[in-house]
Amino acid sequence: MRLTREEVEHIAELARLGLTEEEKERFGSQLSAILEYFQVLQRLDTESVPPTTAAVPLDNVMFDDQVEPSAAREDILLNAPDPADGFFRVRAVLE
Amino acid sequence: MQLYKLTIHEAAQLLRQGEISAAELTQAMFDRIAAVDNQVRAYLTLTPELALEQARQADERLVAWRRAGASDTLPTLLGIPLAIKDIICVGGVPTTCGSKFLENFVPPYHATVIERLVERGAVILGKTNTDEFAMGSSTENSAFFTTHNPWDLTRVPGGSSGGSAAAVAAGEALGALGSDTGGSVRQPASLCGIAGMKPTYGRISRYGLVAFASSLDQIGPFGKDVTDCALLLEAIAGHDRRDSNTIDAPVPDYVTGLKKGIRGLRLGIPREFFVEGMQAQVETAVREAIATLVGLGMEAREVSLPHTQYGVPTYYLIAPAEASANLARYDGVRYGYSYPDAQDMWDGYRKSRAYGFGDEVKRRIMLGTYALSAGYYDAYYLKAQKVRTLIKRDFDRAFEDVDVIVAPTSPSTAFKIGEKADDPLQMYLSDVLTLTLNLAGLGGLSIPCGFADNLPVGLQIIGRPLAEEMVLRVGYAYEQVTDWHLRRPPI
Repeated sequence: MRLTREEVEHIAELARLGLTEEEKERFGSQLSAILEYFQVLQRLDTESVPPTTAAVPLDNVMFDDQVEPSAAREDILLNAPDPADGFFRVRAVLE
Repeated sequence: MQLYKLTIHEAAQLLRQGEISAAELTQAMFDRIAAVDNQVRAYLTLTPELALEQARQADERLVAWRRAGASDTLPTLLGIPLAIKDIICVGGVPTTCGSKFLENFVPPYHATVIERLVERGAVILGKTNTDEFAMGSSTENSAFFTTHNPWDLTRVPGGSSGGSAAAVAAGEALGALGSDTGGSVRQPASLCGIAGMKPTYGRISRYGLVAFASSLDQIGPFGKDVTDCALLLEAIAGHDRRDSNTIDAPVPDYVTGLKKGIRGLRLGIPREFFVEGMQAQVETAVREAIATLVGLGMEAREVSLPHTQYGVPTYYLIAPAEASANLARYDGVRYGYSYPDAQDMWDGYRKSRAYGFGDEVKRRIMLGTYALSAGYYDAYYLKAQKVRTLIKRDFDRAFEDVDVIVAPTSPSTAFKIGEKADDPLQMYLSDVLTLTLNLAGLGGLSIPCGFADNLPVGLQIIGRPLAEEMVLRVGYAYEQVTDWHLRRPPI
């Protein structure tokens, strides 16, 4: 089960990871080996088995929709790479 | 008296008696850190000003308490110096998650567990080393440096909470917090010869724990013995509105519960946990420990957890899938590393993530993204979630016949630094005995039960959901008739 170069590039793009050519080769190879090993799961008949998304069954945990203080703007911007006038400055989203 | 050798419960006693002050105790810890951390490398950040201030406040509380007649209850953790894995937010202190991406990130808030420790007057010594974003089993994936096992400095302490485990084992903290997603508290506890526990999923709040895999992550305590683990667990466990997956059940008095005794409890030995290729001396030590428990009045029988062998592929599809979603937030926009010369927004994302993340993180993000992607979701992610159900059912079935399950924590003792670093799959296989608990949401405690070539061996005690009290009780009973928990590394 060998991942093609196109598949590796596609996954990297979905994950917005900029990979070097060397990384595409190396990760492609390592991931192929890992996925090959994971084929073992196909041996199991899970036709009538429901998926478990959460190990502890909790349903619809709610709380009241009340306005409360969250965090101070200055605190939130403390780690911002490019703060400006109380905002996060970003590169253009639309041309 | 070398104060760094004390347990939390011993130190708490001496503080109350006025034999030592919190300031002295904290200073003694920093002296110990200065003496050995250049070899162990457990810490990423030390917080001496914060710690000494917390110690000073603890001393004030102690003085006031004595003046008032020493009759009120003081929180046990008052003045107790602890280390915190660098994946848990301590407000105002760098939280790097072992990653270049967050090298300069300083959270403006405390994790819930930290708030609880601070309320109880605990002292925070610093942040410990971790595999990057908790992804790893050896702490070798830290972007900064690797931590060394205090029992043999050429070997790994385990991971991902290797820094916390090494710190407690080496006397660089009286207790510590780590996090466990696939074994990252239990396995380092085993490799470093100390007690470490992952509680039932939802027992401890994940608010302020930097997310890796949300349905698997739990914070867990490390201590020199079971009593110390119980003390830490009691302090940090409990429902929290800010983590909607926390269980709304009262937190028992775990410490009092330790002495309830274990006679008549049924112990299950899972045949599939004695894996092919397991180190012979590890198996021997664990079977002897089981014999000791039987000697104390437990009834042992074999149980079967037939889907154990499918744990690794199941976990390594689900955890990376969840991680790929959780790590999508690292885009260089609001915090963390931001590539300065990007052409456009997308280039900024790609390059920030390329330079900010290490190899293992990238591998897991890619694995997870692939498992969730169109055309592969059913065969990989959905399939894994179904096998997860089968794994959980194995445990449910076993717990109809037994009260606890006892097994090894790790198939081997601490391996050499570099030994598995080039083979990701080999590294994944070392988690085979711990990760099924995370998949099933169950709690497990690892305690030392022997040595193999002078390296610690860990015994894993697994309980039903919310059965931490029983699990701790079994561990405590074992400690009363053995002395593994009193052994310290030669450093």
